[in-house]
Amino acid sequence: MSTAQWLGLIAGIAFGFLLQKGRALRFDKQIGAMLLKDMTIVKFMLSAILVGMVGIVALSSAGVIQLGHKPMNVGAVVVGGALFGGGWAIMGFCPGTSVGALAEGRWHAIFAIAGMIAGAAIYAELYPFFKSTVLAWADYGKIGLPDVLGVPPWAIVAAFWLVCIPLFVWFERKGL
Amino acid sequence: MKLRTKDGGWNPYVAGGLLGVLAVLSAYATTIWLGKTSYLGASTTFVRVAGFIEKLFSTTHVAANAYFIKEKIAVDWQFMLLIGIFIGALISSLTDKSFKLESVPPAWVERFGPSVARRAIAAVLGGAIAMIGARMADGCPSGHGLSGSMQMSVSAFVALAMFFGVGILVANLVYRRKS
Repeated sequence: MSTAQWLGLIAGIAFGFLLQKGRALRFDKQIGAMLLKDMTIVKFMLSAILVGMVGIVALSSAGVIQLGHKPMNVGAVVVGGALFGGGWAIMGFCPGTSVGALAEGRWHAIFAIAGMIAGAAIYAELYPFFKSTVLAWADYGKIGLPDVLGVPPWAIVAAFWLVCIPLFVWFERKGL
Repeated sequence: MKLRTKDGGWNPYVAGGLLGVLAVLSAYATTIWLGKTSYLGASTTFVRVAGFIEKLFSTTHVAANAYFIKEKIAVDWQFMLLIGIFIGALISSLTDKSFKLESVPPAWVERFGPSVARRAIAAVLGGAIAMIGARMADGCPSGHGLSGSMQMSVSAFVALAMFFGVGILVANLVYRRKS
C-alpha cells in the first residue's frame, strides 16, 4: 500500500471509531436531528468544527497547510445541497456514516449504500448535462468567509465559539 | 456533564472535539507526507466504487466518461478512509458491545412498520437522490459540513444550510405522524 493509502486507512479507523463512540452513525440519531428531537449529531458535528477550526486556522495562517475551499458554485451548492438534504432525510444516513452503520451491525445500511452507488453512476452519466445547466449558472470560485467579509479568520473562529457555546447550554437545558 | 451517554457511548461533545483534533492531525500529516493537504470527505469514493463496478461490464464506457475521468477511478486516500471508517466502527462497536444486527431502523419501524422491502426501496431511492445532490454540490456532511466549515469556506456554510434546511423539511413531512 502507498503512503497515501496508509494515511487514509489510519485516519479512517480513528474517524469510524469516534463516529461510533459518539453514536453518530445511527439512522435514529440522524432523523432525530432533522426532527429537532435529538441533537446528538449536531453536538458532535459542531464540536468537531469548533475544535478543528482552531487548528486549521492556526496551521494555515502559519503557512503549514493549504486551504482547499470547494467552489461556491451557486447552482451546484444550492440545488445539489437541496437534493442531498431531501435524500438524506429519506435514507437516514450520509455517505460516511452509512459505511460505519453497516460495520456496527445495522446491515440495512447496505440499501442506502447501494442507492448511493447508483446515484453516483447516474450523476456520472448526467454530468455533461449538469455541466451546461445547473453548474453553469454562477460560480464565485473558491472563496472563504474571512475574505468575503473582510475580517481576520480568528474573528470568525471567536464568533463561532460565542454562538455555539450558548447553543450547547440551551440543548442541555432542554434535554435535546 | 456526563462523560458517558445512557447507551454506553461517549459524550458527543467529547467525541466530536476529538474528531476535530483528528481532522487537524490528518490535514497536517497529509501535507507533510503527501505534499498536498487532504481533508476528510466521503462522497467521491462512491463515484469510484460505481466506476469500478461499471468497469466489470464495460471498460471503454468508463474510460470515455467525462466525470469518471475527472474523479479518477482509483483506490486513493479517501477510498481507504472509508474502509477505515468501517474497521474503526467495527472495533468500537464490538469492544463496547453496541454492535447489533438490525434489519430495519427502530425509528423507521415506528412510522412505516417492520417491512424490510419497504425500507430497502426508500433507502435506495433516498440514497440515489442524496448522492446525485452530493456530487452536484461537490461534497457531503463530511467534505462540506466538517472539512469545509473548519476552513470557513463559503460553499460549506451554504451547503450545510441546504442539507439541514431541506432535511428538516422532508423529515417532518415523512416521519412526523399527524396527531
